[in-house]
Amino acid sequence: MAQPVISVRNLTRSYQLGEVTVRALRGVSFDVMPGEFVSVTGPSGSGKSTFMHIIGCLDKPTSGEYFLDVKDVAKASKDELALVRNQKIGFVFQGFNLLKRTTALDNVELPLLYNPKSGMKAADRHKKAMDVLNQVNLGDRHHHLPNQLSGGQQQRVAIARALVNSPSILLADEPTGALDTRTSVEVMGIFQRLNKELGITVIVITHEMDIAEYGTRFVRFRDGKVVLDQAITKRRNAEDELAALPPPEVDVVPESGHAHAPQGKH
Amino acid sequence: MSIFMTLRIAIKALGRNKMRTALTMLGMIIGVAAVIAMVALGSGAQAQIEEQIKQSGTNLIMVMPGNFSSGGVRMGGGNAVTLKPEDATALRDVPGVQYVSATTGTRVQLVAGNQNWSTQVQGVDIDYPNIRLWTIKYGSFFGDQDVRAAAKVIVLGASVATTLYGEGVDPTGQIIRVKNQPFTIVGVMGPKGQSSTGQDQDDTAFAPYTTIMKKLSGNQNIQGISVSTASADDVGDATERVKLVLRDRHKIGPGMEDDFTARTLEDMAATRTEMTRTMTSLLASIAGVSLLVGGIGIMNIMLVSVTERTREIGLRLAIGARGRDVLLQFLVEAVVISLFGGGIGIGLGYGLSWGVRTFMEWPALVPINAVFVAVGFAAVVGVFFGFYPARKAAGLDPIEALRFE
Repeated sequence: MAQPVISVRNLTRSYQLGEVTVRALRGVSFDVMPGEFVSVTGPSGSGKSTFMHIIGCLDKPTSGEYFLDVKDVAKASKDELALVRNQKIGFVFQGFNLLKRTTALDNVELPLLYNPKSGMKAADRHKKAMDVLNQVNLGDRHHHLPNQLSGGQQQRVAIARALVNSPSILLADEPTGALDTRTSVEVMGIFQRLNKELGITVIVITHEMDIAEYGTRFVRFRDGKVVLDQAITKRRNAEDELAALPPPEVDVVPESGHAHAPQGKH
Repeated sequence: MSIFMTLRIAIKALGRNKMRTALTMLGMIIGVAAVIAMVALGSGAQAQIEEQIKQSGTNLIMVMPGNFSSGGVRMGGGNAVTLKPEDATALRDVPGVQYVSATTGTRVQLVAGNQNWSTQVQGVDIDYPNIRLWTIKYGSFFGDQDVRAAAKVIVLGASVATTLYGEGVDPTGQIIRVKNQPFTIVGVMGPKGQSSTGQDQDDTAFAPYTTIMKKLSGNQNIQGISVSTASADDVGDATERVKLVLRDRHKIGPGMEDDFTARTLEDMAATRTEMTRTMTSLLASIAGVSLLVGGIGIMNIMLVSVTERTREIGLRLAIGARGRDVLLQFLVEAVVISLFGGGIGIGLGYGLSWGVRTFMEWPALVPINAVFVAVGFAAVVGVFFGFYPARKAAGLDPIEALRFE
């Protein structure tokens, strides 16, 4: 029997907002097995963001237990949590959060710089970063700056960055929130492929039902509790859908004419 | 994460906003350059004074009449008329003393042909050129015979000779009218240049002190005695002995004040050096203020930078940066700005000193320790003013920081 990669028991989280105590999580118990693709949904204020922050070790629960890869992280110190975030978790955000005026390659390398175990030479870092950029099909764009890339491409760079330290979990917060339909499908396709081929556990937070259907498991939050937790029977397949979509006229690069210009350099 | 990595990250971050980095650096550049240039000007002036003292002889003792008091009213140095030519003669036998010359002087109008010039004629003894280490250009200095006879002979300073007879002319043997009396020019002194107070030391003439007293001023007393010792080491002891001899000759009892002042040139120079040093410190502290302002500029920009890069900080924290990594990054950014700025400032400071030396002919001198102090200060400024913004950055909550718009 495989150990769950994430195991939380009776997780609560309360905030003090002035006089009012906000109970964002009111006892969540939950297991995620390796290789699962969990879609977390819920209306705003349901506690799904708080849940994700705790799962992502950005926040600590007020009470309850949290085991990540069998390690108890509920009461870990700040530095230990930083290490966990660096080693075990890859974050993908709605707003990409790439460093501006920094090449795709340098953005992807960033987590390696904070990896205390790697002690990598610059050449090794470049190689590792190029590997993951190739996994998201952006190897030929490694020298581009974020503003020379389309939204979908930027999100792929962000995914590559999340992958570079070989985490056990990819944690995506509204990853398609800033993308159009076609690039949303592309990005979800990458998650599906990484989940299938590399066996990475993926947790996607979204409020869009159709995005949630790319997962294998569906979890709904309401009022700080899990109200629905079921397997997705009619799972969408991004690869097939993408093949069915009409080909894009051009890669949409608003305002910037640079995306295609430096092809010869690579 | 190694400090080398942090340095790379900091330099990359600074490179992302070159204009702002450059402007922030400018504060440090100006501050450090100002400190270096100011200290250079001050030290240059100081060195010049010291050099002049060395040139005019560190083995000099100047005896002046002084401390004359009349009914409790003290008149200040040089007012009394207590030194006599015999005092000078007596000092010749003091151990350690090499040369002695009575000195006096008066301001006269010199007339040579259709040229005339007003200058100070110094009445001295034959050893005066040896005491002042002054060379003769044309002819010779007057001799013992001239002093004893109070002969009407004169030796011109280089500037006076040039003014009256023209450049490169040897006026030796010519007659010059001094206060309407005919004097024979026996020699011309070599050029000595400016004194430490900026006076032209060559705008003068020399005659036997006896001649001055008897033929020109009519004074019975001399205005001073210049003494030189064989070596600079003897100066202290010799000064004491000179004082004893003069007290004895002037019959000054124990406990009574001297009626003369005997000072070495170094004593006199010390006062001026002290003044220059005060001036240097003053200038340096004013320049230091601009360094401080530069530091505040760094803090200001770093604070803006922390706010502006809140999301970046949130992201760094999310992907595994520890608080201290972020702290170090911002601290290193501040120190890099201040050190780079400091480095450029040193260059600029050197440039300014060079410019002043070359175009304003001021002997600016950059002391190497001022450079170290400036660099050290720059680093301290960077750490001090960088720490608060850096701590602010490191203390950010990753969730809040990631949400920051």
